[in-house]
Amino acid sequence: MYSRSITSLIKGLDEKEFSPLELTEQFLKRIKSLGNGLNAFISLDEEGAIAKAKDLKRNTNQPLSGIPIAHKDIFCTLGSKTSCGSKMLDNFISPYDATIVAKLKSAGAICLGKTNMDEFAMGSSNETSYYGPAKNPWNLDYVPGGSSGGSAAATAARLVPACTGSDTGGSIRQPAAYCGITGLKPTYGLVSRWGMIAFASSLDQAGPMANSAEDAAILLTAMSGYDDKDSTSYATAASIDYQAECLTPNKPLTVGIVDDFLTQDLDAQILKRFEETKQILSKLGANFESVQLPSAGLSTSAYYVIAPAECSSNLSRYDGVRYGHRCESPENLTDLYERSRSEGFGKEVKRRIMIGTYALSAGYYDAYYNKAQKIRRLIKNDFDQAFKKVDLILTPTTPTPAFKLGEKVTDPVSMYLNDIYTIPANLAGLPAISFPAGFSGNLPVGMQLIGPAFSESQLLKTVYYFQQETDWHQQIPEAFK
Amino acid sequence: MSIREDNVEKIAKLARLTLSPEELAAFTNDLNNILGLVDQMTSITTDDVSPLAHPHDALQPLRKDLVTESNERDQFQALAPQTESGLYLVPKIIE
Repeated sequence: MYSRSITSLIKGLDEKEFSPLELTEQFLKRIKSLGNGLNAFISLDEEGAIAKAKDLKRNTNQPLSGIPIAHKDIFCTLGSKTSCGSKMLDNFISPYDATIVAKLKSAGAICLGKTNMDEFAMGSSNETSYYGPAKNPWNLDYVPGGSSGGSAAATAARLVPACTGSDTGGSIRQPAAYCGITGLKPTYGLVSRWGMIAFASSLDQAGPMANSAEDAAILLTAMSGYDDKDSTSYATAASIDYQAECLTPNKPLTVGIVDDFLTQDLDAQILKRFEETKQILSKLGANFESVQLPSAGLSTSAYYVIAPAECSSNLSRYDGVRYGHRCESPENLTDLYERSRSEGFGKEVKRRIMIGTYALSAGYYDAYYNKAQKIRRLIKNDFDQAFKKVDLILTPTTPTPAFKLGEKVTDPVSMYLNDIYTIPANLAGLPAISFPAGFSGNLPVGMQLIGPAFSESQLLKTVYYFQQETDWHQQIPEAFK
Repeated sequence: MSIREDNVEKIAKLARLTLSPEELAAFTNDLNNILGLVDQMTSITTDDVSPLAHPHDALQPLRKDLVTESNERDQFQALAPQTESGLYLVPKIIE
């Protein structure tokens, strides 16, 4: 039953083919046996999950009643450890549920555990996790991507039907591409950030990671909606049933192609998959048109000012006083702050805090932060212009397939350049989805569709119809069959 | 624009981080590489562009000034490294 879609699992539960307990136990068993070498989880809540599954009364009003899921360890879960992949929060037991955790709970989902991630979501390979990297289920010598690498690896290996993730510069879409799953970064403000540990607050957005667009749509329906606890939450008029939207008739679309994205260091196999994806989309009635995003080439530069600046400010809360790691026998208050932070944070987090501190320090604000925010405006304007001509924009999700563990860990800049296609959507606050579109060698390749603000229904529907024509999303890595 | 080890030491101080001599050298190198990437921003002029702080240019929503949260001090302080009589303890600041 591990390979089945959420819709099919719900049907199985309704027809009493298996009980919620059997379903939960089956996935827990996969996590503990097959999942051993994958390091996809930071913590498991076996007891809690089994107790919940035992007591569960199937309720058809709950869209995920009895369906096992896992949360990225960036989301606070009441009464259990929420480490954010960091030594700093290794001892942190969350005193409350994040809004999306509470929403998925009330939708009937059963949380099996918390997935591995780059420390404080800063990384593109999962290698900055305090708990060691999760591995790519297609080849254990390769990275699963990051920062939501544990969620991507667990979903791809069918250790759990779906997971939550978060995306600041590509952290849902890049690991989704590397592991061959479907991951959606919603429009900024569609999903509440309350209880999601902050990295760069003007960019962070939570979203679903699943094995199909339809499964992702079911999760998004449960996760999204206005939350008065998040001041950047978007007040939508009515809640949307994204799964129902997927199933509405397909209409011909105009899809934009950014020619500049197809030249710079793009893997030849990925370019082939891109052309094949275009063919399938045209079979489904899409027309293609060139669009220009002239400022998008500066996305990565602007991002590595904005994200570190916001991170240096957000992470100043970790001071060893109220929660988190505290150093042994501090001599004075400064020593307490400095040693607690230096011991609690890993190298990449320190790098980003330092870049951000520098960019925000006296005399540099205009040259860095303000300049980056202006470029951000230009990038948003580029998208606004493009979406006057086209409905959606198609790009590869990443310039290369997954790389080897250790290959880029000593070169931060080459690591950062993995996100060149994903960062623009974060800067402009737009929704974007990555979906499997074949392989380069034995490693999965992902394509990305970016849409105008609040076009999640269209993005999910387009990928839903693509997935009716292809079976890339149904491929399971050999070791996990 | 390149930064030297003494700049990096000052940044670390501002960020309340301490660096070993090896870390200082490594971070100086890393930070210069990252700033090299960032400095590509100077390739375009942006004099007439207004900065974008929020993707939808939304305004901060306001709510009525009412008490909505309950007092959960004990629950939150259970997570603290050191507390006494409902207070967070830190090393002595005033002699």
